[in-house]
Amino acid sequence: VDLRLGVAAPATDEERAAVAAALGPPGTGWEGGQRTAADGHVAFGGHEARAQRHLLLPVLHAVQERIGWISPGSLDHICTRLTIPPAEAYGVASFYALFRTTPSPSAVVHVCDDLACRVNGAERVCGQMERRFGAEGSEAGSNGTGVAWQRSPCLGQCDRGSAAMIQHAGADPARTGLAPFDPAQVWSALAPAEPPETMAPLVPQAAGDRSSLRLLRRVGLIDPASLDSYRAEGGYEMLRRAVAAGPQGVIRELKDAKLFGRGGAAFPTAVKWEAVTTNPVRPHYVVCNADESEPGTFKDRVLMEEDPYALLEALTIMGYACGAEQGYIYVRGEYPLAETRMLHAVEHARTRGFLGPDVTGAGFAFDIEVRRGAGAYIAGEETALINSIEGKRAEPRNKPPFPAQVGLFGKPTAINNVETLLCVLEILRIGGPAFAETGTDSSTGTRLFCLSGCVERPGLYEYEFGVTLRQVIEAAGGVRGGRPLRAVLLGGAAGSFVGPDALDTPLTFEGVRAIGATLGSGVVLVLDDTVDMTDLLRRIARFFRDESCGQCVPCRLGTVRQEELLGRLLRGIPIGSAARELALLDDIAMVARDASICGLGQTAVGAAQSAVRLGLIGGAGTGGTETSGNGKEPA
Amino acid sequence: VFGAGGGTSSYREAEDADLLVLWGSNAREAHPIFFHHVLKGVRNGARLYAVDPRRTTSAQWADAWLGIDVGSDISLANAIASEIIQAGLVNEAFVSRATTGFDAYAAAVKPYTLDRAERDTGVPGDLIRQLAHDYARAGRAQICWTLGITEHHNAADNVFALINLALLTGHVGRYGSGLVPLRGQNNVQGGGDMGAIPNKLTGFQDVETNMGARARFETAYGAPIPPKRGMHLSLMFEAMERGELTACYIIGENPMRSEADTGRARKLLTGLEHLVVQDMFLTGTAEVADVVLPATATWCETEGTVTSSERRVQRVRKALDPPPGVRDDIEIICEIARRLGTDWGHPSAEEVWNELRTLSPMHGGMSYQRLEELGGIQWPCPDEQHPGELFLHARLWEEDPAKRGAPAPFTPVEQDPPLDKLSPEFPIRLTTGRRLDSYNTGVQSGQYATPLRRRESLNLSPEDASRLGMAEGEVVRVSSRRGSVEAPVHIDETLRAGLAFMTLHFPEQVATNVLTLDTWDPKSGTAEFKATAIRVDKLDAPVPDGAESRRSEAGT
Repeated sequence: VDLRLGVAAPATDEERAAVAAALGPPGTGWEGGQRTAADGHVAFGGHEARAQRHLLLPVLHAVQERIGWISPGSLDHICTRLTIPPAEAYGVASFYALFRTTPSPSAVVHVCDDLACRVNGAERVCGQMERRFGAEGSEAGSNGTGVAWQRSPCLGQCDRGSAAMIQHAGADPARTGLAPFDPAQVWSALAPAEPPETMAPLVPQAAGDRSSLRLLRRVGLIDPASLDSYRAEGGYEMLRRAVAAGPQGVIRELKDAKLFGRGGAAFPTAVKWEAVTTNPVRPHYVVCNADESEPGTFKDRVLMEEDPYALLEALTIMGYACGAEQGYIYVRGEYPLAETRMLHAVEHARTRGFLGPDVTGAGFAFDIEVRRGAGAYIAGEETALINSIEGKRAEPRNKPPFPAQVGLFGKPTAINNVETLLCVLEILRIGGPAFAETGTDSSTGTRLFCLSGCVERPGLYEYEFGVTLRQVIEAAGGVRGGRPLRAVLLGGAAGSFVGPDALDTPLTFEGVRAIGATLGSGVVLVLDDTVDMTDLLRRIARFFRDESCGQCVPCRLGTVRQEELLGRLLRGIPIGSAARELALLDDIAMVARDASICGLGQTAVGAAQSAVRLGLIGGAGTGGTETSGNGKEPA
Repeated sequence: VFGAGGGTSSYREAEDADLLVLWGSNAREAHPIFFHHVLKGVRNGARLYAVDPRRTTSAQWADAWLGIDVGSDISLANAIASEIIQAGLVNEAFVSRATTGFDAYAAAVKPYTLDRAERDTGVPGDLIRQLAHDYARAGRAQICWTLGITEHHNAADNVFALINLALLTGHVGRYGSGLVPLRGQNNVQGGGDMGAIPNKLTGFQDVETNMGARARFETAYGAPIPPKRGMHLSLMFEAMERGELTACYIIGENPMRSEADTGRARKLLTGLEHLVVQDMFLTGTAEVADVVLPATATWCETEGTVTSSERRVQRVRKALDPPPGVRDDIEIICEIARRLGTDWGHPSAEEVWNELRTLSPMHGGMSYQRLEELGGIQWPCPDEQHPGELFLHARLWEEDPAKRGAPAPFTPVEQDPPLDKLSPEFPIRLTTGRRLDSYNTGVQSGQYATPLRRRESLNLSPEDASRLGMAEGEVVRVSSRRGSVEAPVHIDETLRAGLAFMTLHFPEQVATNVLTLDTWDPKSGTAEFKATAIRVDKLDAPVPDGAESRRSEAGT
């Protein structure tokens, strides 16, 4: 509270207006308002003031959007308003990639150079950006264009070719997603005009027979802006059923359905909900994790953009079953369209009584707040996401206690991702036992697969568990141009590579586990023989080094060591020998897996290890002979 | 009131309290370690009130800050009591069983209405009522205070006013509830416990009334103990002034810098026939001494004990050999005794301690071995089976009147504003205090660098600075009825119009105590550092009449 930033310039009127727009007008002189004589004898603060801490991210967004960066003066003003120590607020502002704490042009283009976009020519796009707008990350004005650009991790547009997002600050701020992205589009995108139409069909599979679609049943059929359109397709019928069954009845259906979470960790959903609903501590919270940031993943974006009311209905059911009156949807900051549609849906649902003090007249209160992420892969980890909602750095917490015991604001909290919640609707529609009969014994229901990379028709596909990898790739038109398949990355950067010999693996939790892989978030990134594997692996290593939150040593150091090691290996200058480097990689992997706080560190080396196993790197031609190299580039 | 001078509660109780009142204490800066316990309490849900003229960094943590006018503490406390009584929130059972004098107290506080307190303090009556109700209703509540209460001409009355509130509500003698005076040094408590109080022998045994104790000491020491109390510092200065006190032996104290009215202190100390200073530094006082006895650093070059604010006696171990020529305090004192004709031998710290244990019942059970094993023991600890006391005065809650012992008396006190009155000539109230980065006169903290340190300044409210046309950093003349100093202005938003603030950390830069009034409280001997009437002038303005300019020698 007491150590002020060394502020030369106090917040400008425009900055103060941006803060007031998010927080309301300031109160007393102590709270950032006009100082009066009464302030000399009285001040209030303490618990009540500090309880506003969770507004830190929204207010940082407000300043970032209006001004283009968060100046020390504005940060100081925010700290006065929210009684946050400036050092802590700076720690938060500098944690997230979409906040800037140095002066910046009003337009910043985030160019995705992550896995799927790399395969689709991201480096070429970056080269074009450099020619047009100067070096990456240019400070304000230095390139003379008023536009800065920077490379970005996955923007979740992997089905549409190389992607970009423009952050445009000002009185009328905008974030615009562009995919496929052409640097020539930047100027027209900055003009207040219609956003470029997306060209690729969202769910190519739906072009044929829709009857097998379950989670995607309404995608492309309904108007996502219309509650009536949603209701015409059976919307809010499942909430009625849930209320009829009661909270325990809903949880029993989930148990019967044997539903496992689709976020990556595959935890039984009913267990989570039951732990919260039976917890005597009040209040309870429910949270929808819509921060999918796993490279190659875009399923939740499609669901939110095309069927937003379904998510609201499912979260309302979750709130009802868990005894929560407040729910949060945490949408990643790179999904402006999904956020807009969710906000629109929440507003209309509230107007129509589907949210509020007496939901549909069923006698329970429930409301939803949409929160925007600010560019942090780690925020997808559930306890990191909870910290982020609370206005903190998105650093994972130690577990136990689990969120069901001590979650959001220290209260019992159930948290699930978007796809899992949509499964709940399906379970209520057909009944838990019927759901359990689809898929396999231990992998029930359907699964969304994010097909990207070298396939003819990238996009979102839905199949019952048990479909083989080959079937999924063939459904997407097979390898692009009929080229030979080199490998498939299953589960994203946190997943692993499998080779052509795994094509007949049934895509179930247990099936992929048997080959040492994971379904993760449903990523199926197809790689043909033209893909530069070493380049891809270095990008994965850079990704983890960038996205490690830095909280625990095995991950903070391990991800750096992995990147250095892969760099040496791929340049053919191992320390000692390639074999020795690979042994070291195994060591790093073991320490990171055993000793990291969260899944990021635990999975950070998995992809590299699987690439070694497949012989994609580390084999002949990559420095297999004993050398006396010291790890430095040869002259 | 309760029979012994110590905080009633342990630090850890602050962590489990429901309500904490910091009254005249900027613990965040002056007692940062204790404040950690406060913060834990806050994190565990405790509500925090701060009563302080300034909105200090401690007050910035509080749920509510009551920015009282300097010296209006008793009016506030009495109004809180009056409101508690009127609202029927008195802890009747406790008051009737464990206290005396309630009726007289109730009558005394009755005139202190919320309206009157609002006039005296400047704090809205509603907020005073809120504090009264919250304090009375809290399950566990503590009042913590420091020099904001005690550096006044009526210091003891201020303390009584707070104790009365605890008696009224039963917030004493129970876990988590209590009265917590914070001590400024690691061993201020120990100094008092060891008998460095004019009327007490070691262990708070009264030299005038406790015949048995005096006899025990006389037997043990083989020498008569004077049956009359001695002088405290303020009385000593007066005795020096009258020429009655002509020689002084000062151990580990720097009155040249720390006393109110520095000019007078210098005159008196340099006028002594003989002055001996025993210290680890060549302090301002030592510089004018006839004899300086270099002593060891008690925290690293000596064996012994210290006692913290929570009455915990802890072992101190020697880690370093002192530099050549420097001796242990015990060794110096014994050597002086030998030269005076009494051979006490060469006792170790432990031997001295063990002798003390036979004389001070509250320390009886504290062998070095137990102190080490238990990580310190909180007095009283009468025998080696006794674990020490987490908090004091639990007896007041006993059902059995015999175990309950003597009831605690209410002590009615009246509001009595600061002696140094504001006037058109001296219109600004100067109060003094500490900063996080510095300690008292800077003898101990001036030796190291810290980026937080800003040196001395006259802190003015933005309103006063703008009215007087004074800019940040501008050197101005600060005058009281006793003298003037020059100091740079620092504009400080935690101050309101008419209130100014200085520290005494940098006496060689600005001798703040040239300004302060050395009128002292007859009950405790503390001077009124906290309330001085000043005027602030630009350097080119004429020196006001009656204020002889006494710039510190080192200048600014």
